Amino acid sequence: MDNVLSWITFLPVVGILAILFVPKDNKNTVRIIAAVFTGLQLVLAVWIYRNFDSSTSAIQFSEQYKWIPSFNIDYFMGIDGLSVPMVLLTAFLSFICIFASWGIEKSVKGYFAMFLLLDAGMMGVFCSLDFFLFYIFWEVMLLPMYFLIGIWGSPSRTEEDGMVRGGPYAAIKFFLYTLFGSIFMLIAMLVFYFNVSDPVTGGHTFNMLHLMDQANHGGVLKDFDVRLLIYAALFLGFAIKVPVFPFHTWLPDAHVEAPTAVSVILAGVLLKMGTYGMLRISFPMLPDAMKWKYFAYGLAILGMINILYGALCAMAQKDLKKLVAYSSISHMGIVLLGMSGLTSLGMNGAVMQMFNHGTGTAMLFLLVGVIYDRAHHRQIDGFGGLAVRMPIFAAMMSLAFFAGLGLPGLSSFISEAFSFLGAFGSETFDLRLITVVSTIGIIITAGYFLWTFQRMFLGELNPKYAELPEINGRELFTLVPIGILVIVLGVYPAPLLDLIKTSLNELVEVVKAAEAPTMLGLH
Amino acid sequence: MITNAILILLLPLAAFVVQISFGKRLPRKGDWLSTGAMFIALFMALSILVDAISTYESNKVLAAQTWEWFSFGSVHVTFGIVIDNLTAFMLFVVTLISALVHLYSIGYMHGDPRYSRYFAYLGLFSFSMLGLVLVDNFLGIYVFWELVGLSSYLLIGFWFEKDSASNAGKKAFITNRIGDVGMFAAIMILFSTFGTFDFDGVFAGVAAGGLSDGWLTAAGILLFFGAIGKSAQFPLHVWLPDAMEGPTPVSALIHAATMVAAGVYMVGRTFVLYSADALFFIAVIGTITAFMAATIAIVQKDIKRVLAYSTISQLGYMMVGLGTGGYTAGLMHLTTHAMFKALLFLGSGSVIHAVHSQEMDDMGGLRKKMPITFWTFLIATLALSGVPPLSGFFSKDAILASALEYGMRHSGQMWIFVIMLLSAGITAFYMFRLVYMTFFGEPADKKKYDHAHESPLTMTLPLMILAVFSIGTFSWGWFEHLISKPSLAAYGAVAAVAEHGGGHDDVAHTAHTIAMISSIVVALSGILLATTVYYWKKISAETWGSRLKPLYNLLWNKYYFDELYAATIISGTLWKSRFLAMFDLRVIDGVVNGVGRLTAGLSNVSGKVDLRVVDGLVNLVGRIVAYAGARLRTLQTGNVQSYLLMALFAVIILFVIQQF
Amino acid sequence: MEVGLNHYLALAAILFSLGLFAVVTKKNAVTVLMGVELILNAANINFVAFARFIDTDLDGQIIAVFVIVTAAAAAAVALAIVLNLYERLKSINLDEADSLAG
Repeated sequence: MDNVLSWITFLPVVGILAILFVPKDNKNTVRIIAAVFTGLQLVLAVWIYRNFDSSTSAIQFSEQYKWIPSFNIDYFMGIDGLSVPMVLLTAFLSFICIFASWGIEKSVKGYFAMFLLLDAGMMGVFCSLDFFLFYIFWEVMLLPMYFLIGIWGSPSRTEEDGMVRGGPYAAIKFFLYTLFGSIFMLIAMLVFYFNVSDPVTGGHTFNMLHLMDQANHGGVLKDFDVRLLIYAALFLGFAIKVPVFPFHTWLPDAHVEAPTAVSVILAGVLLKMGTYGMLRISFPMLPDAMKWKYFAYGLAILGMINILYGALCAMAQKDLKKLVAYSSISHMGIVLLGMSGLTSLGMNGAVMQMFNHGTGTAMLFLLVGVIYDRAHHRQIDGFGGLAVRMPIFAAMMSLAFFAGLGLPGLSSFISEAFSFLGAFGSETFDLRLITVVSTIGIIITAGYFLWTFQRMFLGELNPKYAELPEINGRELFTLVPIGILVIVLGVYPAPLLDLIKTSLNELVEVVKAAEAPTMLGLH
Repeated sequence: MITNAILILLLPLAAFVVQISFGKRLPRKGDWLSTGAMFIALFMALSILVDAISTYESNKVLAAQTWEWFSFGSVHVTFGIVIDNLTAFMLFVVTLISALVHLYSIGYMHGDPRYSRYFAYLGLFSFSMLGLVLVDNFLGIYVFWELVGLSSYLLIGFWFEKDSASNAGKKAFITNRIGDVGMFAAIMILFSTFGTFDFDGVFAGVAAGGLSDGWLTAAGILLFFGAIGKSAQFPLHVWLPDAMEGPTPVSALIHAATMVAAGVYMVGRTFVLYSADALFFIAVIGTITAFMAATIAIVQKDIKRVLAYSTISQLGYMMVGLGTGGYTAGLMHLTTHAMFKALLFLGSGSVIHAVHSQEMDDMGGLRKKMPITFWTFLIATLALSGVPPLSGFFSKDAILASALEYGMRHSGQMWIFVIMLLSAGITAFYMFRLVYMTFFGEPADKKKYDHAHESPLTMTLPLMILAVFSIGTFSWGWFEHLISKPSLAAYGAVAAVAEHGGGHDDVAHTAHTIAMISSIVVALSGILLATTVYYWKKISAETWGSRLKPLYNLLWNKYYFDELYAATIISGTLWKSRFLAMFDLRVIDGVVNGVGRLTAGLSNVSGKVDLRVVDGLVNLVGRIVAYAGARLRTLQTGNVQSYLLMALFAVIILFVIQQF
Repeated sequence: MEVGLNHYLALAAILFSLGLFAVVTKKNAVTVLMGVELILNAANINFVAFARFIDTDLDGQIIAVFVIVTAAAAAAVALAIVLNLYERLKSINLDEADSLAG
């Protein structure tokens, strides 16, 4: 199958065209079309999984065409072990989310068209290998996300402290914050463009593979201080997406105000783009800057802060969705920590954690949506004893919670454990200390998840909810596949690990081989 | 044999999966299925044990196999099982008690709305516990370690409608996690040094001197943190008494016989890793735990709480055994204790089932109504008290001997032995207090007494079987031969690591003799003391009327102060134990609760900071831009002429500037 | 004294200043338009003068003719606007035409 990456990226766009021709009142037709196209996308993703050769770190399924020849911009798609899990995750969650959005009644056509556009944008980011193309897809995602949160999110409201919150507020905040970050990325991209030469033609280039080859770097990129600056600019762009403390405040707002399916995509896929960007762009293009002691330590320290700060904030939350949002911050901190050690274990653990957090947090948000659809609020203290009334829902929630607190046998255990082990294995005493301090986060995480579970599900049944209906078939259809994935990858993580390890070990070698002027003690 | 071991592991897992998926739809809600699966596992475990005993070689590895679990390229993570004599014993103990508890629960849990769920959780626990004893590496043991914690959480909070139960479950899980983090840190140290999780690989690395003394001691102590949590050692023991909120058979299986002993098993399994300092640390913690818990047990009124503190205390014993170099003694006590403590819990469950109360003040005189329960309970009590020739005597005596030998070899460390001996006396005392208050005397509550009856056969049969195992089935000699102290030398050339004590020389011999005599004396005096206080009290007519008075205990003890020389010690001990019970409740429990509250407070503060400061800065940038816009908009008057005027001035200014 | 380039330029400058003065200060829209015409014609004078003295081809004159034509068109449009303004405001006072104020 040629051009599979173009197909998988642009299938949703074809879906949008199909949806545009459907009369406004045929809501179910629109939903079915969206399901069919994301379903096809999932089929393609499975095909890619089956045909992907995990024994090599080379780019596969690549397509390269001249796009804007005068600026040497190519349409260049291709994936390696780093992108494959993200492609699978995107296709999987998009398909699930169509069903999670089945209950949307407000301008259905617009919603699903926007959703499919978002889907295309995400897939494009993970597949593109031309920096310019990457940037375009990166920005394409913003627009549908803005409308999805702003229009289909919760309505605007004034809170007691006089702040106006709600969907539109969160959408603007998300949009501006992300745009702010992308500007820095744009600057970095242009510096690369003007200072890296194509080894064949000698002209400027956006081709990521050329940008990664240090031999092509020239001009100001020869200057280590400039490289540090560029690294910092890129980091800012990606850090906002992760989000790294202190750039994370958009996240709780966006998550809380967005409709369920959009929260799932936001936490499940969008956050991963930050760390994906670091691994795809910052690390291989500027390995020496990454290896510079202060940046490596900075990444580890920020990871530690994310873990502890996110967990502590989560514990104080009264709103269940906000709690889950803060837990995402905490869990993404583990990814950062795993990356910072620059070891094979940590890097693989971090990418596995990206995938596993995607599935686990998707489950959490779907479950929050289920309870919100029934009770019309999300106050943790407002429930109680639900396990009596909704045993299946309680069981799914406990599965998601235990996955979140890293219980062995569920997927995030392996990835968290190896992120920690990898960071600890860097043999630098300071990094070891940071890692050990970070592990305290898993106690706090257990604390807030269990406490929340107790307040919502255990104890006497709140008489207000004596008639609450049990989780229904459609909702189970969205949850069970993720649950199975969480358990299967928890027991046997090899399928995921085998996909990524060759590429990531190669990346670790590349970064390790780089020489940084002031390397003190990092191996 | 490997196939057998895998089947033993998978049978309870299969039972769990079947029960959780459609247990409710099975006939009898599937209790026969879970119980049957456990009994099959028991027979398989028995065959392994028979193999081990008939081979009769020290620390013989009967079978081992390893599979690759996943790999990072250069680092391969394996999952393997190893069956040596220790595993064989543990498999037998776990499957035996689990199978009996399954059987017992059929009667005990009869009519519970979540009957099949209960058996599912039991299956999950059995699977995790069996995995824990079978697995051959640190990562695996950590995995199953957490899974037993999960099943413990689920079963403590089984009656989750009660707030006390759901609180207890949460407390157990989180307290354990604190210890687990230490354990994980130890695993990080070992793995990052040796690049493998395998016990053998790590031990070989340690034998080759791959880890400096400081790191080795740190790793040992951190690893022991896991055991502190799981085995309810001081200062993390607070969860175990609360865990009694779970159904009583669960207490017997998880919180007395098997899971809480996992810490001891883990220390035993990784014994060669511990440096002399780490072992001393273990011994000290064990001593504190054993003594503190025993003293607390004296004043408890709730029959299960007495047993819970007793369990903590006995776990402390096992730790002291290991810490002072008595490897075999500690692990033997694990085995014997599992039998008689499970019996005690199941017996107390039988009593609770009969009188529908856990308060000993509601009981009394039950021995006539429940003869089987009484006699089996008495056997277990004698075993726990260390009366020869019952099983508990051999193991406890061995631990005391080990502690004494340690004291004789290390100057200034005799106190460990003394405290342990004292605790043995206290153990005998509180256990007999329990027996007398429950089974002897006049019925305290006539209505409950009349209603009480002997439990059905499904409940009494496990009692009888366990009673058989509590009578001297384990004697010292052959057990020591089968499970003898491992040496680091077996894993490679030892790079100047001092062997910690032990051996069959004169010191050991003297220690054994003294320990044996003194432990018998102490046990008998404890029993005598309890009998004096709680059995003969009935003869005293004056005290009969003062039963409900608050000063009852104090008065009663004072009375015997006059009679017996040792009475002063008891009064002091009672006062001390009350103080310790309070200390336990206020200070130690309070610190745990306080840390929880502090954390909640801190997170509240950090939540506020997040909202006001960090988020506030973000909004400030927006406000500045808006403000500047509001100022600048006044320039736009809409009057064409004013624009033109501005343009004119601009031109003039530009012109002037250009002149310079 | 012969009339030279400087004289033309001076005349044009004076005309320009008068025009600018009218445009900036007058309230009456028609007067402002007249001021605009003065400015344009000041420029025309310059074009023609430069064409005569500096560059001897006809470029300057041609542009002057263009300016006259466009000025006529512009005046027509401007007067139409003024008429509309009057329709709306019942006045041609420019101070009242400030609906574009920020």
